[in-house]
Amino acid sequence: MSLRVVVVYPELLGTYGDGGNGRVLVHRARWRGIDAELLEAPADRRLPAGDLYCLGGGEDGPQLQAAESLRDDGTLAAAAAAGTPVLAVCAGYQIVGRSFPAADGRPLEGVGLLDVTTVKAPAPRAVGEILAEPLAQALAGLPTLTGFENHGGHTRLGPGVDPLARVVAGVGNGDGTEGAVAGRVVGTYLHGPVLARNPALADVLLGWASGAALAPLDDTEEEALREERLAAARRGRRAAAFRRRVEAWRR
Amino acid sequence: MNALALPPRARAAVLVTRGVNALSRHLGMGSGTVAGGHAGLAVDPELLAHLAAGRRVALVTGTNGKTTTTRLLAVAVEGALGPAATNATGSNMPQGHVTALATSPPGAAAVLEVDEGYVPGLVASLTPDVVVLLNLSRDQLDRTNEVRMVASRWRRALADAPRTVAVANADDPLVAWAAQVAARPVWVAAGLSWRADAVGCPACEGRIAFAEPPAAGWSCTCGFSRPAPDVWIEGEDLVTAGGRRTRLRLQLPGRFNRLNAAMAAAAAGALGVPADEAVARMGTVGEVAGRFALVTVGGSRARLMLAKNPAGWVELLDLVCPGHDPVVVGINARAADGRDPSWLWDVPFERLAGRFVVATGERCRDLAVRLRYAEVDHRAVPDPVAAVRLAAMRLGAGRRGAGTAGAPVDVMAVDGAPVDGAPVDGAPVDGAPVDVIGNYTAFHDLLSRAAGR
Repeated sequence: MSLRVVVVYPELLGTYGDGGNGRVLVHRARWRGIDAELLEAPADRRLPAGDLYCLGGGEDGPQLQAAESLRDDGTLAAAAAAGTPVLAVCAGYQIVGRSFPAADGRPLEGVGLLDVTTVKAPAPRAVGEILAEPLAQALAGLPTLTGFENHGGHTRLGPGVDPLARVVAGVGNGDGTEGAVAGRVVGTYLHGPVLARNPALADVLLGWASGAALAPLDDTEEEALREERLAAARRGRRAAAFRRRVEAWRR
Repeated sequence: MNALALPPRARAAVLVTRGVNALSRHLGMGSGTVAGGHAGLAVDPELLAHLAAGRRVALVTGTNGKTTTTRLLAVAVEGALGPAATNATGSNMPQGHVTALATSPPGAAAVLEVDEGYVPGLVASLTPDVVVLLNLSRDQLDRTNEVRMVASRWRRALADAPRTVAVANADDPLVAWAAQVAARPVWVAAGLSWRADAVGCPACEGRIAFAEPPAAGWSCTCGFSRPAPDVWIEGEDLVTAGGRRTRLRLQLPGRFNRLNAAMAAAAAGALGVPADEAVARMGTVGEVAGRFALVTVGGSRARLMLAKNPAGWVELLDLVCPGHDPVVVGINARAADGRDPSWLWDVPFERLAGRFVVATGERCRDLAVRLRYAEVDHRAVPDPVAAVRLAAMRLGAGRRGAGTAGAPVDVMAVDGAPVDGAPVDGAPVDGAPVDVIGNYTAFHDLLSRAAGR
């Protein structure tokens, strides 16, 4: 039977190219001889059975709609409870938590796959390149994560989750950590899409979903992209530190 | 309008605008359109309203097609209304509008391209005769980009503009939502190539159902549905109110440019220019600010095209896709492009399968990875001139090699830094041009490095 990769509600959670995560997973499976299919699941139908679910980022209104539909539907929560891997990005990460903020800051009920709570951040939106060093035990040995973040939330981690990574440059959860992991549910603020920029993370998810040992692929082009983005984010971090010092002198 | 009819403060502001622009050009600081406008508005914040008084004014806005439609409309009305004041360089914020008006003959009609965000302010201060609303879709992901919010701001502005004709795209639900309240809407069936931002009903938050192409039409269960068009394209013809048909012959390629022309013709009609005259004049436009220009880059002929966001890319891929020749695709992610190129994954680059794509620009690595997963044969060449040269070599080799597009060519010579000097091994300059598509700053980089325009 083929591996079913489900992209959840692309019309609601598809603002930042995160649909690419599904494509990356399917191709990386097929290139290894694993039969895989991509299911784009619209919000007006029951979520199909899948072996791996991907949720992306979206605007405030659609985010609320997606959370309500997912809670009513129940498929995602049942699948996650049964150990099916879930990758949830940005708005998707927020809605798989316990609660997330409406546009006016009021807390809304999430799907509850991750023990995290997101509140509206006081500062301006976190927009820019982000670098983070993986922390979670389940992801031990992964190289530095790179992505682009664009969100206005601070996410607090409860005791039921581990942080996905430690922020090197950028904002992430807002407390120096980035993302969250519990079992096979991974939440992150990283766009890019995250799996295109971090193929090792894609392979962890694929390994969980397929149960197969995965042969290495030629990721020369991903490596070139990663090298460039890592360097850019480090330059950005140095520039930001310099700006902060200048500000401090002026005060 | 005579400049002397302006209030003294506005008159001073006009002189400042011209002076600062001249200085800016003299110092080589730019094309001399923004700084002067800034200064003029500082002297008189009401300057735009004063300058627009007594003129026929048309505003053109939307996510895609603004610059082209503005140009087509300015040309279309030239015969009837004389040369129009227009911001042809794409400075589409108030500073650019000030410059366009302050440097034009008194009383000249104005055809102004307007950034989507400035529409409400300009509708209120200029009371335009016509506003052309092309389309609304995602653009520049790193900025606040709630297209729905833009649509409702347009809607409020049009509700307060009883003497403005809204020429609106009936196929775009967000545009239709905005123009629904206009006192005088003219609906044009101008197409919608990118639906992802339009599925949420702007009236009730429900879901819009679209008819399957080629049928047009959309509706929501709340009753909000596509307005019956007044202007549309049927086969080769532009059809206007009363069933009048005009053969639409353009030099600009592509379906989307025919639709831009339909919008421009409808707007020209609202300004009193008959469709046949508008169409005849629009047919003289061969390129718009470098778009579709045939140029020579590094000794190779190229046709330059601009696509700034997923909707624009879908249109251009439709245009270039019937074919087997190599294509150059240039991607940057500077502030003007949006710093986050994740949208590359929203573009159906899979359509380029079977062609050789040279990925170039500052973010060619992102594009290369995208093309890898699209399973499109490609190569990343960061320098745009070297990229065009490589594509031209492959094109020439393909042509010489009895149609085998992938004929072996030593590509090592063009990798990395540009090769200095004359074309060594590229296609001859008079050969078929290479199609080159770039996003905003990648396109302008290539245009500035091109010769032979």
